[in-house]
Amino acid sequence: MLGFAMRRLVQAMIVMLVVALLAFTLFRFVGDPVNQMVGVETSLEQREALRESLGLNDPVPVQFWRFISNAAQFDFGTSYQFRQPVSDLFAKRIPATLELSFVSALFALIVGIPMGVYAGLNRESAVSKLFLSVSLVGISLPTFLIGILLIFVFSVNLQWLPSFGRGETVQIGGWWTTGFLTVSGLKALILPSITLGLYQMTLIMRLIRAEMLEVIRTDYIKFARARGLPDRLVHFRHALKNTLIPVITITGLQLGAIIAFATITETVFQWPGMGLMFLQAVQNVDIPIMSAYLLLTAFLFVSINFIVDILYFLIDPRLRVERA
Amino acid sequence: MAQRVLVAAAAAFACVSANTAQAETLKFAFQGTLNALDPYSLNETFTLSALGNAYEGLTRRGADLEIEPALAERWEVIEPNRWRFYLREGVKFHNGNDFTAEDVAFSVERVRSEGSDLLTRIGSEVTVEIVDDHTIDFVLPGPNPILHYEWDTFYIMDKEWTEENDAVKVTSASDTTPNYAALNANGTGPFKIVSHEPGVKTVYETFDGWWDDAPHNLTSVEFTPIGSDATRVAALLSGELDMVYPVPVQDIKRVDSNSGTRALTGPELRTIHLGMDQMRDELLYSDVKGKNPFKDIRVRKAFYQAIDIEAIKAKVMRDLATPASLLISPFLYGRADEFERYPYDVDAAKALMSEAGYPDGFTVSMDCPNDRYVNDEAICQAVAAMLARINVKVDLVAQPKAKYFAKVLASGGYDTSFYLLGWTPGSFDSWNILENLVQCRDDSGAGGAFNLGGYCNAEVDALKDKILSENDPEIRDELIYQAYAIANDEVSHIPLHQQGLAWGVSDKLELVQRADNQFKFRFVTKN
Repeated sequence: MLGFAMRRLVQAMIVMLVVALLAFTLFRFVGDPVNQMVGVETSLEQREALRESLGLNDPVPVQFWRFISNAAQFDFGTSYQFRQPVSDLFAKRIPATLELSFVSALFALIVGIPMGVYAGLNRESAVSKLFLSVSLVGISLPTFLIGILLIFVFSVNLQWLPSFGRGETVQIGGWWTTGFLTVSGLKALILPSITLGLYQMTLIMRLIRAEMLEVIRTDYIKFARARGLPDRLVHFRHALKNTLIPVITITGLQLGAIIAFATITETVFQWPGMGLMFLQAVQNVDIPIMSAYLLLTAFLFVSINFIVDILYFLIDPRLRVERA
Repeated sequence: MAQRVLVAAAAAFACVSANTAQAETLKFAFQGTLNALDPYSLNETFTLSALGNAYEGLTRRGADLEIEPALAERWEVIEPNRWRFYLREGVKFHNGNDFTAEDVAFSVERVRSEGSDLLTRIGSEVTVEIVDDHTIDFVLPGPNPILHYEWDTFYIMDKEWTEENDAVKVTSASDTTPNYAALNANGTGPFKIVSHEPGVKTVYETFDGWWDDAPHNLTSVEFTPIGSDATRVAALLSGELDMVYPVPVQDIKRVDSNSGTRALTGPELRTIHLGMDQMRDELLYSDVKGKNPFKDIRVRKAFYQAIDIEAIKAKVMRDLATPASLLISPFLYGRADEFERYPYDVDAAKALMSEAGYPDGFTVSMDCPNDRYVNDEAICQAVAAMLARINVKVDLVAQPKAKYFAKVLASGGYDTSFYLLGWTPGSFDSWNILENLVQCRDDSGAGGAFNLGGYCNAEVDALKDKILSENDPEIRDELIYQAYAIANDEVSHIPLHQQGLAWGVSDKLELVQRADNQFKFRFVTKN
């Protein structure tokens, strides 16, 4: 067990290193950061001095080493635009992203599961067909378009919900801000979380539907029916429970995706989270923020995969036998 | 007398609806963010505009950009090299400190210290002499009639406050922690900044102790950066925001046709122009080898005359542009109307090309930003299509500003043959244009650093130096005229247009749209 975990850990670290190297190389091609940091009339000598003081004139391996060794100590440097430590900036933005991701995942589950169950049980009904068509929209329309459509309908035309921002937030402790405790904060969550969670919702719905169709045909369901159990019990206790295993795996992995790819939703709704900060950083060639974000995302996925691997190892006896 | 004023004020108050009694909050959005609050760390229009509501300079600019007294009540040139500024008495900073000559002297030192991005505001050779608490002299190395032209955005800081908070050194880009002044503001202006989250939200409140009569009726202002064009416009249309800018040209009609909002448009000061490499003996990106076609005035003029500026204005800019005949906006130079564009004439252009020895044209690469100016890439595409009519094949290289500027500016070795650039003179004066865009330069960028094409004429440079030290406005304008005339005759650049400003404004709001794209809250009234 320990050996297996160690091997995985080493692999995970190699992945992180490769991501760091890729990120670092990529950023050498996004443009000149100094140009974004000063006004047009700044003289060339000043620009050169700035480049020197930022260490942009050092040889590439030196820069990479500095970046890696600092990152290993959770020091991601200072943002070029904000002139604040990147770790502080991320700490301020993380609550917004996590709250949005959490609500999106919740939305995907709460809406996706019942829709999937219904569509699985009544596969011929008109409502199921409607669900399937809607889910096709959810899968095929790009996020930014869905976001803009929702804004157009619910903000501009109906004027029910805000089109941007987090509304009023409440400070909890020294480091967390929440939008859950105010009316405007909750209203502000609705459109972005639908936009962000729609893809996952349709994914879960289709998954559950397919699993349901499968499970309904199995012998133990027939047997349960034969025992004369009420439909509700058969459907929700026997059938649904057994469909949930792959759903939980997918949901776990998708949560990572929701957090990491909130970028576009956050941009459309001006949601002050990490993704928005990342996109602004790309436009302004703010290399410290970009590299920290990519590393963070890679870290998220690597750790989720690591945990899943370990879980599989614990759950699946075959893996253990192979190693023995 | 005092009583009469009171009565008048009360009457005026009663006339305005009962609404005014409650708090009037102005909510607005801009596409970019306000990062550091330090007034000397970024020389950029929006930053200076936003900070200019909390800070003030010795001078300020009014609705039509005219220079007005602000922290200085008046000033005079007592000797050609000595300017005396009489400072306003009784002015207080937001923290209650008194404004004195000490603060001015301190700000002068700070604005030209290492790390400041506003070094152009005052030269390093200028010495400052404090005469008394409210009088201060500036001693110049030579006469300079435009000394104070950029001082409306040279904001005065409180010496005591800055020193107390250990913020004397300007936060420079390489610092690892922002200093106090980058996160807090303490000016003398009509609004004080009460909270600032970079990239998220900035809140202002009215400063009751402001020295001037406030023409606005606001109690607070909320600024949110909204990067996405569609969201920004939607937030205005839905009534969540009172004002947003810029509005993309394709949405102007939508904002106008919506009840409750309107689009305010006007010409901006920035002039968009094309430039051609006239310095190298062979172009970097062209099929003409062994010589540089742009060294020939006839080729440059042919390019000029092949461009149908009215078509660009109508089709690309949707009429939100003013064709330009000079590199400076007519707002900023009184005699600009004496110049005219070379007429659009494809036949004449073709004839010029033949005369110059290129009847079959040639191929050249064009560098263009795609996220810097209004519809910049579309303008370049239109230009490329128009030049095709005189057989010039343009390979367009349009890329994001970060990459574009890294390639074409001095730091990239002026790696371009043909480019599009926009320029606003920071001082609102022609000398800035001649200094930065028209003056000769060398390979490293000494001289006219943004004269990317390297146009060079010693006569123009000599005129430029005279313009800098000429105190008589009329003679000065004549010298400027001569300089522009030479550059125009030689087609140093191809001016295109002044792009338009477009602000989306709620009908509840009255405000002033200044041509420099600065948004001043003091001009705003909300009903």
